[in-house]
Formats: sequence, C-alpha cells, structure tokens
Amino acid sequence: MIMSKIRKLLSGNEAIAMGAYHAGVRVATAYPGTPSTEILENLSKFKDLYAEWSTNEKVAMEVGLGACYAGVRTMVSMKHVGLNVAADPFMAAATTGVHGGLVVVSADDPGIHSSQGEQDNRHFARLGRVPMIEPADSQEAYDFIAAAYEMSERFDTPVLFRITTRVAHSKSVVEIDMGADRAERNKYFHHHVEKYVMLPGHARLRVPHMHRRMAELTELAEVTSLNQLIEGDGQTGIITSGVSYEYAREVFQTASFLKLGLIYPLPPHLIQRFAGQVKKLFVIEELDPFLEDTIRAMGIHVEGKKHVPRFGELNTGAVRHAATKAEIMSPAAAASEPVTLGNLPGRPPLLCAGCPHAGAFFVLSTIGKRSKVLDAAGRSEKESGLIITGDIGCYTLATYPPLRAMDTTACMGASIGQAIGLVKAGVTSKVAAVIGDSTFMHSGITGLIDAVYNDANIAVIILDNGTTAMTGHQDHPGSGKSAQGAAAQKVDIAKVVEGAGVKNLQVVDAFDIKSVRSAIRSALGGGHLSVVIVRGKCAIINKVRKNRRQVDRDTCNDCGVCLMIGCPAIRKKDGKVDIEAGACMGDECGICQQLCPRKAIGTDGKAG
Amino acid sequence: MSNHQHKQDILMVGVGGQGIVLASDILGDAALDMGLDVKKTDTLGMAQRGGSVTSHLRIGQKVWSPLINAPEADILLAFEKLEAARWVGFLRSGGTAVINNLAIPPLSISLGTQVYPEDAAVLGSFRSVTEKVHLVNGTDRVAGLGDIRTLNIFMLGYLSRILPMEITDVQWEKSIARHLPAKILDLNKRAFKAGREAADGVNI
Repeated sequence: MIMSKIRKLLSGNEAIAMGAYHAGVRVATAYPGTPSTEILENLSKFKDLYAEWSTNEKVAMEVGLGACYAGVRTMVSMKHVGLNVAADPFMAAATTGVHGGLVVVSADDPGIHSSQGEQDNRHFARLGRVPMIEPADSQEAYDFIAAAYEMSERFDTPVLFRITTRVAHSKSVVEIDMGADRAERNKYFHHHVEKYVMLPGHARLRVPHMHRRMAELTELAEVTSLNQLIEGDGQTGIITSGVSYEYAREVFQTASFLKLGLIYPLPPHLIQRFAGQVKKLFVIEELDPFLEDTIRAMGIHVEGKKHVPRFGELNTGAVRHAATKAEIMSPAAAASEPVTLGNLPGRPPLLCAGCPHAGAFFVLSTIGKRSKVLDAAGRSEKESGLIITGDIGCYTLATYPPLRAMDTTACMGASIGQAIGLVKAGVTSKVAAVIGDSTFMHSGITGLIDAVYNDANIAVIILDNGTTAMTGHQDHPGSGKSAQGAAAQKVDIAKVVEGAGVKNLQVVDAFDIKSVRSAIRSALGGGHLSVVIVRGKCAIINKVRKNRRQVDRDTCNDCGVCLMIGCPAIRKKDGKVDIEAGACMGDECGICQQLCPRKAIGTDGKAG
Repeated sequence: MSNHQHKQDILMVGVGGQGIVLASDILGDAALDMGLDVKKTDTLGMAQRGGSVTSHLRIGQKVWSPLINAPEADILLAFEKLEAARWVGFLRSGGTAVINNLAIPPLSISLGTQVYPEDAAVLGSFRSVTEKVHLVNGTDRVAGLGDIRTLNIFMLGYLSRILPMEITDVQWEKSIARHLPAKILDLNKRAFKAGREAADGVNI
C-alpha cells in the first residue's frame, strides 16, 4: 500500500473524527453538546459511513450498541453530562460487551466553559469496569482512536475515550495517514442470548467476564505504548495524563514523566518501578484525584491534590504554583503577577439581534412584577407573581439583564418537571416552563406527558426556532434534515403535544408581540396545563435583512423600553437610543417597533 | 523561552463576530507551512453570542501547552479596546500590543449600569507593561476599503510586520486564500496590504 502522510492543524475533535474514519468506523451517533459537537459534525461529512444526530445521548448510546452488535466499528460521542443521560445503556454496554468495536467519547469541561456543571467522567470507567483512554493533543487523539478500537474488540468491552475542552478545541499539528486501511468488516449479528439478553441469570454470567477483562487490561497497561516513560534527572517524577501533561512538560524541564494514555486500569508494577527511580512522586491532573487515589491505594506514597487545584482548568501558571507549594520548584522560577485594570464592564453573551426568543422573554419579564420583586442579583425572599423554570439552550441567556426571565436551569429537559414540582408543592405564583425545540425533543416530551397524566397546572412555552442553535445549528428531529444533509421527515411538535393529550395548545409567531403576549397570558390564566409553541426562525439561519429599523429622533424621548428587549442592535449612543443598522434584522423581526410606546421606530426614521 | 525569535505567544482578543478565530487560523496555517510547531486554542460555545472572544496562538520549534500563561504573551492583538483592557494582564513586560481603535460598548453601558473605560486608562495600563503600544485606526481604514469585516485581515497585515519569525508573502497569500472564498479575496488582500502600510507608518 502507498503510504501518504500529510501534516495539518486539527482540533482534537477533528482529529478524533479523522482517526475514527481511518479506523473503519461505520456508524457514528451523538447529541450536540459543547465541547464534543464537532466530532459528529466532522464524521457526518464522510459519505461512506452512517452518522446521525440522535434524539438524545441515551438514544445515541442505544443506536451505537445495536450497531456494534452488528459487528461494525461504532463511535458514540457526547459531552460529560450527556453520559449522565446515557448512563443506563452505557452500563448495559459495559455488561454485554461488544461485537464490533465501540468507542464512547466523553468530553469533560473543566472550568465550565459551556456547561451546567463540572464533573470528572473518569469515574465512569471505574463504575462501568471498562478501560479509559485519554489523549493529550490532537496527534494522540488521532492515533489513540485506532488503539481504542483494537482494545474494544480484543477485550469485548466498550472503551471510554476521555477528552477535555482544551483537547477538544485546541488545534495542534497532526500527521495523518491518508493511506489508512478502511477495510469493510464482517457485518452480521450472531444470536447469543446469554451475551445480549440481560436477564438476571445472564447478567450474572457477564459480571465475572467484566472482572476478568479488567485483570487482563491491567496486564496490558504495564506494557502498552499508550503509556510513556520519559526519563529525567531522577529528582522529581511526574505522573500525569491528557492536557495536564502538556502543561507539566513545559514547566518541568528536567523531571521524569510517566505519561498515561490508558488511564484506567492503571499499571501497578510500572508505577512502582517509576516511583523507585525518583525521589519525589507528584501527580498532576485536573479535577478529582482520580490517578492519585488509585496510586495511593497501591501503597505508593504520592502527592498531588494537596497542592494542585481540585476544580477548574490547569495551565502552566497553576502547575508552577502547585510545584512551588509542594517545594519541588523554587519560588524564583515562578512567574510575576500580571497587571490588571479594575472595574471593567463584563461582556456576557446575549440573544442575537432578531432572535425569535427575545419577544417571548420580554413578555415573561413584564408579568408578575418580576422586575420590582427581584433585586439586582436576581434574588427575592418573596415570590413574584410568576416563576419561570428554564432549560438549556441559547434562551438560558434570558437570565441576564435586562430580560431576567429565568428562575431555574438544571439539566436538559428539567424545566417541565421542575414546574410540575413547584405547583404540586403549592406555590401561589403562576409557573411557566420554557424549553427549546431541540431540548423538548431531547427530554422534554417525557416531562410533558407527566404534566398531562398528573394534571399539572403549568404553562409550557416551547421556543421553536427550528434548530439546535446554541451548539452551532445542528439538525434535530423537528428540523427536516438529517446529520448528513438528507431530507428527513419532520417530527411535528404540535402533533406530539396534542398526541400526548394536551387540550390547550396555541401556536404563535415569535415576532408578533401581541399574539405572543395574549397566548402566554391565556396559558397562565387557564387553570390547567397549557402549551404555547412560539415559532420563529433562528436569526443566524435566517439571512433575510430588509428595511432595517431606525429611530426617529424627533419622536423618541429615550424612555428605554426598547433597551429592555436586550437586543444587541439597540444601544445608547451619547445618551440617545440608536439602532445599529448593520446589526438589525429589519422586517423579519420588528419587535422594537411594536413595543415602542411613542411609535418612534420605523423603517425610514419616521413614526412606525 | 528566552529567545523570542524562536517562540511567539500571540493572544488575539475581541468581540464575537469580528473574525478573530479565522485570523488565528490563517496565521496558524501559515506558521505550520513554514515548518514551525503551532498550537492554538479559542473560546467557543456560549461566547459566540456577542461575548468576548480570545484565541491563544503559540508558535515555536516545539510547543507544549496550548494556553498562553499570564503574563507571557509576546503580542496582544486586540480588535476592540475594552477587550484589550480585559486581557492586558497577559502581555509580558516589553511585549507588543496592537489595539484597534474601536469601542463596542456592551449592553450594560446602554442600560447605564456600567461605564466604558477611558482610552487613557486602557493605554496607561499597557504602558505600565511595555513601551510598544500601537493604537491603530483599523476599522476606519477598512471601512474606507469598503467592508469593515476585513478588519481581521487588516490586523494580520499589521501583525506580519511585528512577528520576528519569517513568514513569506507567498505563504501569507496562500494561507489567506485557503480560508476565504475567492470572491472576497481581492478585497481582503487590500486589507492585508493596508495593515502592513499602517504598521510601516504610511497611513497613520
């Protein structure tokens, strides 16, 4: 075979997709979630494999499990909290094992760049008794994927492939083997009820296998090239993995390193030997003391989290600081303190100009005297007249001023269940649950069915912009297009709602403020479960810009009502309200024109 | 890390929509083609919605960490003044700051809850770190060329005069062409040239 290698700058996610493709992956599934989204986006470009946006991570894992049972190599990718959703089928996969290789990519988000929480998914490896591989840069992301598939098939196990935001989204140089073998594998399902039907009696037979494979994998860990020994001067020995290795390698010029690529199970003999070669053993890892605790349980003296932060991301500065505290580096080598300029205005992300969510949130923010009850920090001892349970998507940004129209956000789909809980607990306020279309498909439907069944007096507001906007406009069951660009049947949210038994359903145009207001008011006042679908195209997808709005300076008295929409196109310039022409959506939106009490906003600078 | 000819840490900062990630992609590819090691990391996700954007770009013979440590950036390329101020702490003593003379006030300014910093305070904070502070009228200059969206390429043109490592003209052109559609290539080439001229003092 002719080997052709090229060098490219790739993100970790791009490298994983390329590595999976070259390893012969035939089925790839995912639900979008930062920082994992680009893995499936890149895989879906290859037409000789099947890639899908699944309804949620649980379904993605189940589709992946079925595909690997058919003997093909399969990749399932998700963000850290996605694995919580997929935990049930993941644990099942850990028990049944695989036929074709199954690699599950879990993208952790230390520092919470774009998530609802921070969690260390390395614990899932121990929980599921499955191996876990962690790359440190894009080259390893590419190379380790092939090793992960071999491991999965050899040991009859799913393999967890753990990345973090910094590996997923950093670009580094990758040498790609363009001549990689993508040979078709045998596609067949072999009937094997003791392996695939997890009746208690069968599952009991699988458990010893899981323990046996971990023992065998521990032996492999002692010799695998995924783990690397780098000799230094014998003073300090660093055990590390993932991007922490890159930071540590830059900081410690002369230390010895045991860099782990297979982070579960760990190799006890290798670590013993390494400990014997150095004077002081130090573990550098982000988040929990996962490596450290395991090594300490081997009876080896090691330091780590006593000095290294337990939360957030590391960087070279943090590693230097920890090393200084641990007295393995002199303070002189530590960097000087940076200059800072105090009291700078923040720049929180905003709903876009022309966002179809803005009108509904403006309406919600004006109900129940919320603006009077809530203090600047969004707190109050008493209830306002309206409690708004929120969900996960762009619309979570409506929490920020000036809208301040969200009281809770927990996890995907939680808005509806939380709203049910609040009314069943007996709050006196009205309760509205706000959820986006993709999130509704993901896990809002089961909550809605609960509300129907248990007769919950809540208003559910479904913001339908036809896409999964926050993560970069991925398609979903309601969008009419597949991950690979084919036409797909649209799952009609209104029919789903009606089919679930909701009697009060209204569908309104997101940019018709009067209709939105009257629909939300009637949904809140009805005394029973009501659903409002607020429909409007995402402003980033809708490219039409006609008749951009202007302020008629003769009529405007700068009352500031339009500023309360939170539209980034509307600002005060030298104390005067002004609409930035380049940013305004024009006719496709027009919300500010409808709200202006003095009719000072129009298309030609004259009264609207 | 003492030899700045062989290692450059470049921090690009600005506001979502200014083309910062694209600019750092273009420079990253150009440096890679010149045979150098490159690592870059951008803020993505929620920050895309009009939030502040940063791109860390590290170029050298061998780069480990994808993140620039504060205060070790050799160059801070700021597309907006408030964002420049936010990241001043990353610039090393004696490093170079290139600041586009543009204010994009966040909504909190319009709502009257916060105040945009004065130029003197922003520039003063930089001057306490380095003498090499360039305030550039980039947005005005590219508006004159016909499209303010070419600001990112203008800033790259300016940067090309400051970078100590050699990236050839051919390489710059190749990398820009790789990342931009053909129909806007000429306009962007003019923006790149304008950036260079600004750095050379022709048009400031």
